[in-house]
Amino acid sequence: MSTDVVKPILQARDLVKRYGRVTALDHADFDLMPNEILGVIGDNGAGKSSLIKVLAGAVIPDSGEVLMDGKPVHFRSPLDAREAGIETVYQDLALAPALSIADNMFLGRETRKGGAMGKWFRLLDRSGMQKRAREQLSALGLLTIQNIKQPVETLSGGQRQGVAVARAAAFGSKVIILDEPTAALGVKESRRVLELMLDVKKRGLPIILISHNMPHVFEVADRIHIHRLGRRIAVIDPKDYSMADAVAIMTGAMPPPPMADEMAAA
Amino acid sequence: MNTTNETRGPAEFEKVLPGSEDAVVFEEDRATVLRRVHHFLHAYPTAVPFIVLLFTIGVFSAIVGDRFFAPFNLSLVLQQVTIIGTLGIAQTLIILTAGIDLSVGAIMILSSIVMGRLAVVSGVPVGIAFPLGLATGMACGYLNGLLVTRLKLPPFIVTLGTWSIFGALVLFYSKSQSLRQQEVEAVASFLQWTGNAIPIGAARLTFGSIVMLLLAALVWYMLNRTAFGRHIYAIGDDPDAARLAGINTSRTLIAVYVIAGLICAIGGWILIGRIGAISPNSGFNANLDSITAVVIGGTSLFGGRGSIVGTLIGALIVGVFRSGLALAGLDALWQEFAVGVLIIVAVASDQWIRRISL
Repeated sequence: MSTDVVKPILQARDLVKRYGRVTALDHADFDLMPNEILGVIGDNGAGKSSLIKVLAGAVIPDSGEVLMDGKPVHFRSPLDAREAGIETVYQDLALAPALSIADNMFLGRETRKGGAMGKWFRLLDRSGMQKRAREQLSALGLLTIQNIKQPVETLSGGQRQGVAVARAAAFGSKVIILDEPTAALGVKESRRVLELMLDVKKRGLPIILISHNMPHVFEVADRIHIHRLGRRIAVIDPKDYSMADAVAIMTGAMPPPPMADEMAAA
Repeated sequence: MNTTNETRGPAEFEKVLPGSEDAVVFEEDRATVLRRVHHFLHAYPTAVPFIVLLFTIGVFSAIVGDRFFAPFNLSLVLQQVTIIGTLGIAQTLIILTAGIDLSVGAIMILSSIVMGRLAVVSGVPVGIAFPLGLATGMACGYLNGLLVTRLKLPPFIVTLGTWSIFGALVLFYSKSQSLRQQEVEAVASFLQWTGNAIPIGAARLTFGSIVMLLLAALVWYMLNRTAFGRHIYAIGDDPDAARLAGINTSRTLIAVYVIAGLICAIGGWILIGRIGAISPNSGFNANLDSITAVVIGGTSLFGGRGSIVGTLIGALIVGVFRSGLALAGLDALWQEFAVGVLIIVAVASDQWIRRISL
């Protein structure tokens, strides 16, 4: 592999996380390369949620370290991770249904008008935020959404997912994590979201895709990280393996291939 | 790697339609009249109380005639709803966060007693007693906010408890005694200022009403034009989403309760102006009346939806109903009856409007 030239943008080494007697992460490693879509698959309870939560700052590991651009980082909260440039789109979307698309995209990061009105009266720059929200959505080909001021609850599931991804793409400067982005969507809407992921990748942002949907993972992922029993047991190239192989490795029915990356990184 | 994207990319039929910028591709064509109405009301929820207000004014004008529409009567309605409207503004803030505040009336009375007794009985200059009264309201709100966020108790329980506590403090500090109008006027006429009025023809616009309207304007600005206001809506709408978006929900909630406490304290000031005297027994029904105004004004008890304008209109509807029914010569019990019906109709229509699905 080309790890000598291209350094991973986000890494985790030797992560351990225990909940009482349950070991969710058992010396798990993780590597995300720049400008790739990395699929993360694993059986239920394999620890992939814990892994993602550590990367997103939602869970603090018992031991092990997370590195961004080769430098150790310590996330105490999701806000820390976000400030470091990692945006997460949660499975339940984390959008406020009654607020407008523009309000949701800038929720928690509103921009104020310049001058005295913004400084002293905290006046929001609503037109500016709406303009930027519209730009962001059209950049991702999402302008079928008719009105930036309409409440999110009037959107379809795919459109909501689109807003959530657009928000992540607008603010994520380094990495975007998508947790089961197509789980609640219909066939057509899933297609739209997958296409959206490729668009985001084209703009140079790497994506971590957690999904149970093998066809979706195999369709868009450049590499697939397979998690089993709390650790990474394999990273495969979807061109070299079939979905059945991936499931077999994931469930332990097939011995994992040797880890070229890990040896190179170690 | 990039070459494979073309073959693995999503199907061509999913591509965005050409020329679909600002597209109007929503399936609006099969909207029936009812759906249009529903859609309109969902987009503009304040329209419902507004229509109801115009309708009730129309009906009572027809029944009672000129007496109802007389400027004097209308200004009287405004005076009557000033206190409920002020508490309603505070209540709206709390209900928007999916909470409820049963202690608003008690905070109002406690604040008025504090500012009044400090000035009149303890001889503290009004310039100090008045801010201390406002601070009392804020402290009460802060206590509510702390209990809601730190102990994670339901706001209903917290404020049910603090309602009793503040009520008991009112009786303790006032020794269950009222301060007469003349006593207040002698040393602290500033506290009665809200009862003074500007005559506009036959109508009388009290400073209390003006203070309420200014408060409403300020809170409207806060809710709609500042990030803090958007956060209040977001917290009531979906607290998890708000937290994940990076909003400090506890801090925001405490701030909301403190602001509500301050508004209630200003309500206490308006209360002194309205009755002239300072009494521990006035305005105890104000709790439920404020909730009535908020609910009739179209604010959802489930949080995240509603407006200050709606609450003011809701308070006016109640005022207009009471005044109209009284002028029509009906017994006071029918006023209560009508208000009860109004509440149920208001919440039922809110439920209907909230059911979206285009």
